[in-house]
Amino acid sequence: MEIKIALAGNPNSGKTTMFNALTGSSQYVGNWPGVTVEKKEGRLKGHKEVVITDLPGIYSLSPYTLEEVVTRNYLLNDHPDVIINIVDASNIERNLYLTTQLVELGIPVIVALNMMDIVNKNGDIINTEKLAKALGCQVIETAAIKGTGVKEAANKAVELVRLKRITTPQHVFATDVEEALDIIQGQLSKTVKASQKRWYAIKLFERDDKVMSTLGLDAEIQKKIEKIITDCEKIMSDDAESIITNERYEYISRIVKKCTIKKVTGMTTSDKIDRIVTNRWLALPIFAAVMWLVYFISISSLGAIVTDWTNDVLFGGWVTNFATGALESVGAADWLIGLIVDGIIGGVGAVLGFLPQMLILFFFLAILEDCGYMTRVAFIMDRIFRKFGLSGKSFIPLMISSGCGVPGIMASRTIENENDRKITIMVTTFIPCGAKLPIIALIAGAIFSGATWVAPSMYFLGIGMVLISGIILKKTKLFSGDPAPFVMELPQYHIPSLKGVLTHMWERGKSFVIKAGTVIFVACGVIWFLQSFSWGLQMVDPSESILASIGTVIAPIFAPLGFGTWQATVATITGLVAKENVVGTFGVLYGISEVAGDGVEIWSRVAADFTVVSAFAFLVFNMLCAPCFAAIGAIKREMGSWKWTWITIGYQTSLAYAAAFIVYQIGSVVFLGQNFTILTVIALAIIAFVIWLLVRPAKKLIPVVAAQH
Amino acid sequence: MNTLKTTQCGETVTVLKLHGEGPIKRRIMDMGITKGASIFVRKVAPLGDPIEVTVRGYELSLRKNDANMIEVE
Repeated sequence: MEIKIALAGNPNSGKTTMFNALTGSSQYVGNWPGVTVEKKEGRLKGHKEVVITDLPGIYSLSPYTLEEVVTRNYLLNDHPDVIINIVDASNIERNLYLTTQLVELGIPVIVALNMMDIVNKNGDIINTEKLAKALGCQVIETAAIKGTGVKEAANKAVELVRLKRITTPQHVFATDVEEALDIIQGQLSKTVKASQKRWYAIKLFERDDKVMSTLGLDAEIQKKIEKIITDCEKIMSDDAESIITNERYEYISRIVKKCTIKKVTGMTTSDKIDRIVTNRWLALPIFAAVMWLVYFISISSLGAIVTDWTNDVLFGGWVTNFATGALESVGAADWLIGLIVDGIIGGVGAVLGFLPQMLILFFFLAILEDCGYMTRVAFIMDRIFRKFGLSGKSFIPLMISSGCGVPGIMASRTIENENDRKITIMVTTFIPCGAKLPIIALIAGAIFSGATWVAPSMYFLGIGMVLISGIILKKTKLFSGDPAPFVMELPQYHIPSLKGVLTHMWERGKSFVIKAGTVIFVACGVIWFLQSFSWGLQMVDPSESILASIGTVIAPIFAPLGFGTWQATVATITGLVAKENVVGTFGVLYGISEVAGDGVEIWSRVAADFTVVSAFAFLVFNMLCAPCFAAIGAIKREMGSWKWTWITIGYQTSLAYAAAFIVYQIGSVVFLGQNFTILTVIALAIIAFVIWLLVRPAKKLIPVVAAQH
Repeated sequence: MNTLKTTQCGETVTVLKLHGEGPIKRRIMDMGITKGASIFVRKVAPLGDPIEVTVRGYELSLRKNDANMIEVE
């Protein structure tokens, strides 16, 4: 018989460490059906028949956050046989709040009192026997990080399933509330399992919309229940949700008082660290220093060295030479060598080339996250980013994106709030990445005679677009959901374990290679085919290829942006493989096969095709439009759905088009003295529209939490 | 009315009542800020918002706007 164990607990309770200790390496990471919350499954070490599911870290079973809803739906509908509730013993009071809710679900519960090593070190005492009695379930002391007690907890859980013993909640609410709950339970039809009735009754009492709609009670019963609730609220002179929450915490306070002895101590080490790290005057300089260090090591110094090595030596040299040699020696056709070497190795190599750099970056991010600094970053930066619809944690993805958008997008993982995370993913590639610099160098060199203001202007453009997009997107219907409160736990600082950091880093790197890799693999093959073959399926020069003819057809679309030539169009399309390709493609199309990074050989040809204004518009479009396939793959991976991937690409490309359009049309009138046309009017209208988007009220008014008397 | 927003750093206060409703109020209550809970205001972020408090033995940060709905004695 298969046994399903669910791991539930607060964030930072050591749940993942426990999961890893229980399952070893045999785990499967996926998403919950339909949502992007991570789902981890694994089998108990040495017991193939025991499946362990790691549920999202949550504080409560309220209906307000995605993680909470996912967790309770799983617990109610997937019928796990037993719950192991991981409780951070060093923070027992708030952790037990979830426990009081879990024991009401009608599923056997075992409490794993985790981080006992810290409790013992602090000299605190917890009487687990008393605690077990008060909670009505077994309590096992564990220290997941050291592996102590973990096996025992699992064994006890399996034993509990064999005994078929359901945990019954020991907590009773005030008499008036219990009476109300009794009546509500009586109204529940036979479709609700007897063991789950109490849970449903409490949720109905709290006026939980989601439970209300799942149960589908008819109007009359709903009315009756509403009356019971309002009567009870009158007696208790508080609202139902507050009554339940207050009583739970009062009950927990009593238990904690009875079962624990806390040694009174002065400041802990964590307090001392925090006093410096988030100090009024030192916080920002320390933050800047930490960010600079991470950026310096993973993007500019060590990161750049390993990226150059993998791109130029490993994929550009060894792999390419080996593959070409091997294919030639077996007499493979030219087109096959082209497909494999130029198309696939070239394309996928361009993407994998970023992997070592990403791993370095993920390593540092994992350290910052595991030691507890990441939440302090959000604490320090919240004030600025909240104004633009982003989260304090958005800073990190944006900063990283100035090196490469792919790890930047993946770094958005650390933002818990779904809307903030999605907006961050949508805007982060507006910041010019390393691969866009050659395009800037080409245009600046060819058209603006190397003016030094061109590159900084692109960074300002990127930052400006991030801020504008944040405000605009937050006001659209897509993000009109309930505003997420910024009520965030600041966990204790602790030294991250090397194993934990490496696992973290490896999991992110692996998922990038697998998921992003498949998208890129196919896309690179397609682009290679299109630029190497004619419609007659003959291998031809890129200028006669399918891509060139498609470029000719598409080019008029870019005419209002000032660069409606097929060369510029094709260059933009090949930029999807990797942005630095734009320069290379220009080289090929202008008949010079070998160009330097900044394309100095083709400057005169490019200058002939562009005006000052159209060149700038071209630059603006290429900075903002859909990013390269690697980044699109990462977007797909992080968004977890094609719908959101398309929304992102669509938004970015439309914004790029609008911005380039405005630049070209207005710029032509202002700088080139051209006539005022209907297109100029449209450009002005777009500006007006954007201003309206910025200042209009939000789609759904954010509930103002002003104090009422 | 005294709220958590107007409470000075370094003071310890007791929660009298939570105003407002919906997800934000529930979230604040879920995190342990309930009637009668004792709250120590630890510090204000470098840019003036949010604030950091100690409640039920752990550290919590919340925005001043949200702190304004927590009435304290």
